Amino acid sequence: MKYGILINEGPFTHQASDTAYQFTKAAIEKGHRVLRVFFYHDGVNNANALSEPQSDDRNLVKLWGDLAKEHKIDLVVCVAAGLRRGIKDQVLAEGFRISGLGQLTEIGMAADRLLTFGD
Amino acid sequence: MLHLVNKSPFERQAFESCLGVARKGSAILLIEDGVYAALKNTPFEAKVTEAIKDVKICVLGPDLEARGVDQVIEGVEVVDYGGFVDLTTEHNPVQSWL
Amino acid sequence: MSDDIETEFETEGVEKKFMFLNRKAPYGTIYALEMLETVLISAAFDQDVSLVFMDDGVYQLKKGCDTKSVNMKNFSSTYKALGDYDIQKLYVERESLEARGLTVDDLTEVVYEDEDDDWAEKPAIRVVSRDEIAVLMEEQDVVISA
Repeated sequence: MKYGILINEGPFTHQASDTAYQFTKAAIEKGHRVLRVFFYHDGVNNANALSEPQSDDRNLVKLWGDLAKEHKIDLVVCVAAGLRRGIKDQVLAEGFRISGLGQLTEIGMAADRLLTFGD
Repeated sequence: MLHLVNKSPFERQAFESCLGVARKGSAILLIEDGVYAALKNTPFEAKVTEAIKDVKICVLGPDLEARGVDQVIEGVEVVDYGGFVDLTTEHNPVQSWL
Repeated sequence: MSDDIETEFETEGVEKKFMFLNRKAPYGTIYALEMLETVLISAAFDQDVSLVFMDDGVYQLKKGCDTKSVNMKNFSSTYKALGDYDIQKLYVERESLEARGLTVDDLTEVVYEDEDDDWAEKPAIRVVSRDEIAVLMEEQDVVISA
């Protein structure tokens, strides 16, 4: 089955991105394909390369980038939501790209399932 | 369809609103702080027990463990992330009660 | 980003039922505003779009919002424009309205032009029961919430 994932919250204040990450890993392990993860609202903060979690904590920015590289997942940060929050090309972490909101509707059309993770 | 609830029923309306529209044959998965709705000896236990007659109610095990709780209401199914994935293949659409 | 990651997916001829679920009040958080931006963009994709307003989401459509004194962008008038984007279905849950002491007269008027009826102006807001909302949700292909 083909999945699209929408993440509405950043990597620290809410559990949303963690749950989405665990779900994505489990879906891939079961042989499904995650086509795209779309980062919206404060979710754009998952793409901030300047983020430095403490060394004993997980680093979702890096975890998403690595997972996407390994399993060819398209990580898309909403340009409008990103601009408001200072997430631009200059601070964009590896594995992510910035694009328009239409990419969310598009993945809703292309995937068999679209799941929202937020607060 | 599959309903995802991630809010504690003590703090927000999400779980009760979800119960209000969940129809026969649909499923509810309690995740994150939503797992507190799956526990015994709360004001929500009777509602869960009643709802289970028509709706499948599941709770995400890793989120129970993270919160140190395990007294799950009888009839509520504990699933792992793989079980979460299976629920999404069995049901569509998947709707989050944020 | 590696060059070998697929970034375009086949969507030609796809028409799905998209529901945007609004359960949060406006202005206290950014969700209502950014959800509205998503809805406006989605209109360009010729999908079967509907919006649901329930719980505190019904406050998003409240008439007379004036944000001058809080110095925030007033996006309440944007709901009025949804009809111009050919978004014809704004479902408001009756129980949520009643619980808040509101009636449809307290809500912003949103109209669309019905091409099947000589472009007659029709109300886009439909007050429906919780049971009707439940049926609508099950009919969807995609539900987006914020």
